[in-house]
Amino acid sequence: MSAPVILRVIDFINKAAGIVLTTEKAYFVEARLSPVLREEGLPSIDELMTRAERGDRRLAQRVIDALTTNETFFFRDKTPFEHFRNVIIPELLARRPAGKTLRIWCAACSSGQEPYSLVMVLDELKAQLAGRPVEIHASDISEAILSKAKSGIFNQFEVQRGLPTKMLLQYFQKVGDNWQISPEVVKRVNFFKFNLLEEPKTMGTFDVIFCRNVLIYFDRPTRAKIFDRLADRLAPDGFLLLGGAESTFGVTDRFTSHPKERMLHVPLMRRADPAARTAIA
Amino acid sequence: MKTCLVVDDSSVIRKVARRILEGLDFEITEAEDGKQAMDRVASKMPDAILLDWNMPNMDGYEFLLKLRQMAGGDRPKVVFCTTENDISHIAKAMDSGADEYVMKPFDKEILCSKFGEVGLV
Repeated sequence: MSAPVILRVIDFINKAAGIVLTTEKAYFVEARLSPVLREEGLPSIDELMTRAERGDRRLAQRVIDALTTNETFFFRDKTPFEHFRNVIIPELLARRPAGKTLRIWCAACSSGQEPYSLVMVLDELKAQLAGRPVEIHASDISEAILSKAKSGIFNQFEVQRGLPTKMLLQYFQKVGDNWQISPEVVKRVNFFKFNLLEEPKTMGTFDVIFCRNVLIYFDRPTRAKIFDRLADRLAPDGFLLLGGAESTFGVTDRFTSHPKERMLHVPLMRRADPAARTAIA
Repeated sequence: MKTCLVVDDSSVIRKVARRILEGLDFEITEAEDGKQAMDRVASKMPDAILLDWNMPNMDGYEFLLKLRQMAGGDRPKVVFCTTENDISHIAKAMDSGADEYVMKPFDKEILCSKFGEVGLV
């Protein structure tokens, strides 16, 4: 692939999705876009980019789908789910009036393992929740991966990464060579397409936002902008969970670490809001 | 060092499992079938057992039942590792005292995940 073509792809994916690629990733771009060329019957990446840039939204989406990384698995990194179970839910239940819905957003849900893992944790906490309604919203920029997430179908490899066997038995049915998660679990997650570069104006406020292992693909100014938007969508005493290699430190002043759990991020309260400040102290 | 008994009639599977588990800091012993595995656990009970289902002489399921009745046989974490990947086999194994279940083929990531589930990684 020639230098002008790789630069063209780099520029496109940065503008469309905020993802930062470098010229050293030419092999990755070629490997990911080659199947698209074959399936679309196009002669070259140059031609594909010409059509995507000239307004062919379907092809543009195919380029985004191909170049986004969808690595995920059930209960990934474990600790965030322990925080969710042991810190976040107890604190939210203590602060919110009975009956008030808890709202959770998985902001880069990929093929759905993260929100489905949360459903399983919430089931474990059923007695503690005592009928409290909980909404799980899950978004991704890739239509292809959202479609897979909504199908609830996972292969044998996927159901063995992070998922305890007792949960496989509890929630899945075997369908051919694959495994289908219970439709009841699928129904409990509201999947929708969302680009983190967009302004999430109509989504309401969330109590918990999982935005893990996606900000590593963005440059610092883009990360700062996204943190701003997440802070706008998060309740003043809500919780933000990032990936293990991600941090708000040095990028934004909208979040700080939770006083008890350094890996948990909470909105940094403004001085004019002493009540909210007390809430997390 | 944690110890793991790898029980499988395939020398290739034993070799692959050994390589992966040694990388996870396990000391490995091997057995070719359930009967040989009984001899191994009688002389020394390991921390974990990676257990195939279909084997000559004594299969993995029969071995598991006998193991759990032995003195100290409740201690090892048993991870089934088999081509039997239908729900009925998995449920039968878990109901009979297996701690985790790996469906072949497996790789390092899967073994690591399953041994993590039983608290040994």
